[in-house]
Amino acid sequence: MSDLTKMKLAEARDALRAGDVTSVELTEACLSAIEGAGALNAFVHKTPELAREQAQAADARIKAGDAPSMCGIPMGIKDLFCTRGVASQAASRILEGFKPEYESTVTTQLFDAGAVMLGKLNMDEFAMGSSNETSCYGNAVNPWRRGNDDTALTPGGSSGGSAAAVAADLCLAATGTDTGGSIRQPAAFTGITGIKPTYGRCSRWGIVAFASSLDQAGPMTKDVRDSAILLNAMCGHDPKDSTSADLPVPDFEAMLTGDIKGKTIGIPREYRMEGMPEEIEALWTRGREMLADAGAKIVDISLPHTKYALPAYYVIAPAEASSNLARYDGVRYGHRATLSQGEGINDMYEKTRAEGFGHEVQRRVMVGTYVLSAGFYDAYYNRARKVRTLIKKDFEDVFAHGVDAILTPATPSAAFGLGEMKDADPVQMYLNDVFTVTVNLAGLPGVSVPAGLDKQGLPLGLQLIGRPWEEGDLLNTAYALERAAGFVEKPAKWW
Amino acid sequence: MSIDTDTAARVAKLARIRVEDDQLPALAQEFSNILDFIEQLNEVDVEGVEPMVSVTPMRLKRRQDGVTDGGMQDKILSNAPDAREGFFAVPKVVE
Repeated sequence: MSDLTKMKLAEARDALRAGDVTSVELTEACLSAIEGAGALNAFVHKTPELAREQAQAADARIKAGDAPSMCGIPMGIKDLFCTRGVASQAASRILEGFKPEYESTVTTQLFDAGAVMLGKLNMDEFAMGSSNETSCYGNAVNPWRRGNDDTALTPGGSSGGSAAAVAADLCLAATGTDTGGSIRQPAAFTGITGIKPTYGRCSRWGIVAFASSLDQAGPMTKDVRDSAILLNAMCGHDPKDSTSADLPVPDFEAMLTGDIKGKTIGIPREYRMEGMPEEIEALWTRGREMLADAGAKIVDISLPHTKYALPAYYVIAPAEASSNLARYDGVRYGHRATLSQGEGINDMYEKTRAEGFGHEVQRRVMVGTYVLSAGFYDAYYNRARKVRTLIKKDFEDVFAHGVDAILTPATPSAAFGLGEMKDADPVQMYLNDVFTVTVNLAGLPGVSVPAGLDKQGLPLGLQLIGRPWEEGDLLNTAYALERAAGFVEKPAKWW
Repeated sequence: MSIDTDTAARVAKLARIRVEDDQLPALAQEFSNILDFIEQLNEVDVEGVEPMVSVTPMRLKRRQDGVTDGGMQDKILSNAPDAREGFFAVPKVVE
């Protein structure tokens, strides 16, 4: 049975359609894999009954000949997505007990297509973190280890549970969200593929908001083809999200030819960071060679404002978060602090938010409050938005010069140990997103592809950044890179 | 830029997050470190640059200003920590 969970989404789809396997069989196999993987702490709300019901319905649909690609595919859903009647708490105490009366647009589309939800996945609280250590559920754990060393490693964050679950074959695919790298960094840390589409591709409706101008949902899967299939099912115009793009969505899978002859790939010199491990540098060089061998033209490019992306992000994202998270007031949903005699409504707000928000969330809400406060709005917030304009222009300039995609490392290191960054300055943790955050600020699509192992046997990823709305072309370049890299390693099961 | 404890207390108040007095110095220090990091933005020449409003050039769609949904008081209140007689209940606001 356990081999069923190792199937890729595309394989499972084909086997389901051929009648070689049923969704109920696939789903049961995943449910038992999840039961046996408590040590990974990836699934934090399990929904076996719903999964079995959805699997049966999917099998009936497949039998009737009505089977979209996602029909019968058992998946995990990040806890940031509101799912009707199922706990959806963004890994925060402040949403304890919250069961939405509505379904997010992305999960609605997935369920309409016949996908099966196995449960909700661990993450950093409100998607604020790069190691899954800010979760109210405790850490998710990376299925990968450093050789025989049993140190527990981070699966990355914020979509750490999604990454761990896919890498450990607990589900066939998962949803993630990415505000500064939260799909791509965990994908790189766990040897899987993840794409953040162009801002506006996926509806944000029903996804708990962190920084609305940066947040995008996307797939986290076992390979590029699976990402193409899942992305098709997730994106599309939604009148309920005014920033969702009313553009046709091409068939991304059909665009995977692996032919990138004549494409121009840019290598940005500013991504060569001081102190970057030699292995990352070597991987990047190999990636460049692989794309050149596949027939692409490689050019050195400059994105001059790269250095300012993280500081700009740490103004804009907290500013938007402080506004978005103002809704958690202990009135409409979730946690409310117990009040003492004589305490009033302000005490209720202040105590509720102090009890409900974890440390990192409190810090970001307060930083956001500060940069938006009277007297500092221009100096910080407006300046950061101007720098953001320049960062986006950097990309527009290289695209205008004929660059089709940009190749960078996905992360500045391999997965680190849980707790290793505990005493570090918050800014040290923020550096995890140094290669990914530019993409969110510019609203571009970016994909992380596993491309090799480091000396300790941990996966490393390369990132490709594409032109806006050209996810199909980007995924095709990623597909060529994937084929050349030939990454097939899986973590040895210890859990 | 260095943030003092009074400023940290004021920000916490604005954010409606209770921070105990003995926590304020550490919080102020964290703010200072983050703001030092952010200060790098002052190196950038932003003269004549427009602050970004929308990352993808798009015109927000317009729709008719009409009622499209409603009549679900029980659903709206179903997650409230305290709901009574069809309302959200909160501590007394008006004396």
